[in-house]
Amino acid sequence: MKHRKSSRSGKNKFNRSILRICYAAVGLFFALIIYLVWFVQFEAPNVIGSSYNPRVNLMSDRVVRGEIRSADGEVLAKTQVGEDGTETRVYPFGSLFAPVTGYVQKGRTGVESLANFYLLSSHINALQQAGNELVGVKNPGDDLVLTVDSALQKTASDALGDRRGAVIAMDYETGRILCMVSKPTFDPNTIADDWESITAEDNDKGQLLNRAAQGAYPPGSTFKLVTLLAYVRAHPDAYEEFSFDCTGVYTDSEGNEIRCYGNTAHGHQSLKQAFANSCNGAFAKLGETLPAADMNALAKELLFNESLPYRLPYVKSSFRLSEEDTAFMKGQTAIGQGRTTMSPLHNLLIASAVANGGRLMEPMLLDRIVTAGGQEIRTFREKEWGGLLKAEDAALLAEYMRAVVTDGTGSAFRDAAYETHAKTGSAEYEDGGERKTHALCISYAEYGGRRIAVSVIVEDGKSGGSTAAPVARAVMDGWLLR
Amino acid sequence: MLNLYIEISKYLILILMALYTFCNFRYFTAAEAEDKEEYCMWQQKILLLLHFIAFSVLFFKTEEVKILYFYGMQLLFFLLYPFVLRHIYPNISSLLLNNVCLFLVLGFIMLTRLSQAYAMRQFVIVAAGALLTLPVPWIMDRVWGIPGWRWLYMGAGLLLLLAVFLVGTTSYGAKMTLSFGGISLQPAEFVKLTFVFFAASMLSESLEFKNICLTSALCALHVVILIASRDLGTALIFFVTYIVILYIATGRTVYVTLGACAFAAAGALAYRLFSHVRTRVAAWRDPWADITSGGYQIANSLFAIGTGGFAGTGLMQGMPDRIPIVEKDFIFAAISEELGAVTAICLILICLGCFLQMILTALYMDVLFYKLLAAGLGTLYLMQVFLTIGGVTKFIPSTGVTLPFVSYGGSSVLGSFLLFMVIQGMHVIMLNDADADGETEDEYPDDAYEDDYEDYDDYDDDDTDPDAYRKYDGV
Repeated sequence: MKHRKSSRSGKNKFNRSILRICYAAVGLFFALIIYLVWFVQFEAPNVIGSSYNPRVNLMSDRVVRGEIRSADGEVLAKTQVGEDGTETRVYPFGSLFAPVTGYVQKGRTGVESLANFYLLSSHINALQQAGNELVGVKNPGDDLVLTVDSALQKTASDALGDRRGAVIAMDYETGRILCMVSKPTFDPNTIADDWESITAEDNDKGQLLNRAAQGAYPPGSTFKLVTLLAYVRAHPDAYEEFSFDCTGVYTDSEGNEIRCYGNTAHGHQSLKQAFANSCNGAFAKLGETLPAADMNALAKELLFNESLPYRLPYVKSSFRLSEEDTAFMKGQTAIGQGRTTMSPLHNLLIASAVANGGRLMEPMLLDRIVTAGGQEIRTFREKEWGGLLKAEDAALLAEYMRAVVTDGTGSAFRDAAYETHAKTGSAEYEDGGERKTHALCISYAEYGGRRIAVSVIVEDGKSGGSTAAPVARAVMDGWLLR
Repeated sequence: MLNLYIEISKYLILILMALYTFCNFRYFTAAEAEDKEEYCMWQQKILLLLHFIAFSVLFFKTEEVKILYFYGMQLLFFLLYPFVLRHIYPNISSLLLNNVCLFLVLGFIMLTRLSQAYAMRQFVIVAAGALLTLPVPWIMDRVWGIPGWRWLYMGAGLLLLLAVFLVGTTSYGAKMTLSFGGISLQPAEFVKLTFVFFAASMLSESLEFKNICLTSALCALHVVILIASRDLGTALIFFVTYIVILYIATGRTVYVTLGACAFAAAGALAYRLFSHVRTRVAAWRDPWADITSGGYQIANSLFAIGTGGFAGTGLMQGMPDRIPIVEKDFIFAAISEELGAVTAICLILICLGCFLQMILTALYMDVLFYKLLAAGLGTLYLMQVFLTIGGVTKFIPSTGVTLPFVSYGGSSVLGSFLLFMVIQGMHVIMLNDADADGETEDEYPDDAYEDDYEDYDDYDDDDTDPDAYRKYDGV
């Protein structure tokens, strides 16, 4: 039977090639396995909470949804099981945390959606689980601890009062969101009953919209950070020589009039003074000279028209400018009017990056998962998104934002015990043919080892300096002066 | 109570799969034949136990007596088939045989769970496939002409592919099915074999540049027809397989480089030409962006694998039926969801084990034709597994190929049976020859002939065994 055996000649040569193929194949498969392990371990928890995943609903048949707690240990949401086994989701603070927790009765939103999988997973010990299975009792789901501070949330909500708008604050060094308020909002306890009136066509309150992340507002003068940076980049050695004589009304090259807020005549202005006083004329003039391509490039760098590192629904900020646009449009764009829209969250991220030397931390709401018995299952780590600004640009913007407080529109922060950096804004918009003004403010400060960046918008609040800044001040006091 | 049983059975299945996989790799490292045999015996017991546990869960959960009958039929098959095969061919590879049975067990479990009608049909096809391919090792051993029938392989392969291209029916963007009289076939599953036979036959005949060009052109023709039928997954498998065969035959990396360039160019072109390629690449890059249409399938597959986690949800506890065509291309996601990612990883390792066994066969075969055939079929198998599992897990864009023996589908099962039985045939030849050689095996130290590559031409001088001439009779 030796017919099938040729001499052994050449065998080694072929076998070398075969072995090489073999190693390549084994390498490929191990890459596949490592990827699969990585996916299940690290990526899957982010993926399966999606409201498109029908599987998570099955888990609620065997697990009682866990609690949501604030960083300071207050219960924000819990499930009460009645004697007959009916489950009711209770939110002890009513509507106060609605923009954060969201609801579970009509679909899922907010953290209830983001952490759905965790809340419906149970990690109590296996023996206890088996015992529960035996007697047919549901296992208690894991509890979620947020980064949000309940006292600060209350402070922010009170400061905003009954006005429409949003307040969002975060620790700029870690990205932990400290409070997030949006008004008007809903009560997640009664959302099912209120659903009809909330979603009624003639309801213009937008209670379901989390304005902090989903509100697309004209940024007004808070956008001058971008214009300033674009100008400094275009004239790196000569920007300090800029000067402008403000009469309260600036007439551009096409004869359009651009007014400063309240027609205030700022007089002779350096670049820093113009920024601190939020002089529209000066910035409109700057804007006319800046190439649209530079503005677009910088806007893109700062995440306009881009995705934000935020895991719940938000609105992308929008920036559009072309060289063909009129001088008026360019001027308007430079002072944050025009076509630009931006969310308070995005504004917060920019202020945070300035505060943090240009490095942006990803905003985080989830702090850790613990079992019903309090044992820690998972701690979410703070994550650096990357450098949003160069360190020297961040330093320059910080210096200018400091001038806003010491010499300009940020007078609300002037007597604070801590050193605040801020920019106020007043953004005009049209509402039913009437011209109104949103009040905006971004600010940050550090005091006694605590850090905070705040972004505020008060709809129809008129002046950023006198309406939005005091809200921000209250929140900063509430956090820094504890 | 039932939940508890399902929970415990879930971990039992995980442990059994891990043990089975352990045996699989201990087999390769074991030095003694008796040890190898013992690992294989363990594997048989493990897979029967796994089969039993899984079907007990399916029965308790559905409470349908039909499941019990079905289980009985399958049990009979899993007892009878290996017994008969081992009886006819004592020199068969037990490892490969066990692995085929394990794949079938996993396939039956998931298919029964998904759709009993599919599972029944699959069972009939498996039984028929097992029976039909029973003589394949014998034919491999006894028919001397096989290495030489190159034009037959080419003719049959090209004819079948052309027929699909001209009168085939289209499904999921690719034309890959021939239907006649209520039966539908996917000829590519069989052409895979003739293709490897053809390439191995051509390149074992001569490695002159002219012959390499001719072979490459004819193999490229196969691939081009497949691309024209938009069956790009299979085209890719053919292409990679040929490059590997060519590389092994010539030992020249330049062909691999050329192949990689051709692949890049063809890939870019396909991306431009075919909209379903663009859809799939887009779904691979970000399935969440288009979750309601293009990314729906892969997103649901990821939901399934992710929700199942390492331990799985337990049989009948997940929602694998939410994944479109889960019983074919996406069966791996269903397994991972309900039986756990650990089981899924074991499955990947066992597939790799099959490949290693095929490669070992290639290493030990002496005749170039068989070497190329074994390595080519091994590559073919591995590529198919890689494309399926990689696609389902979003490691690579999904290409729509099936997982051999596990996925539902007649042609796929028959093709896989043929492929494995051809490998078994070579294994039988190898061991038969070794038995015949007996002690003389060591008379040929490997390095003595290291630089003499022209083994075919020198054949007659080396070996005066009159049987040797029979080999050329068929050429």
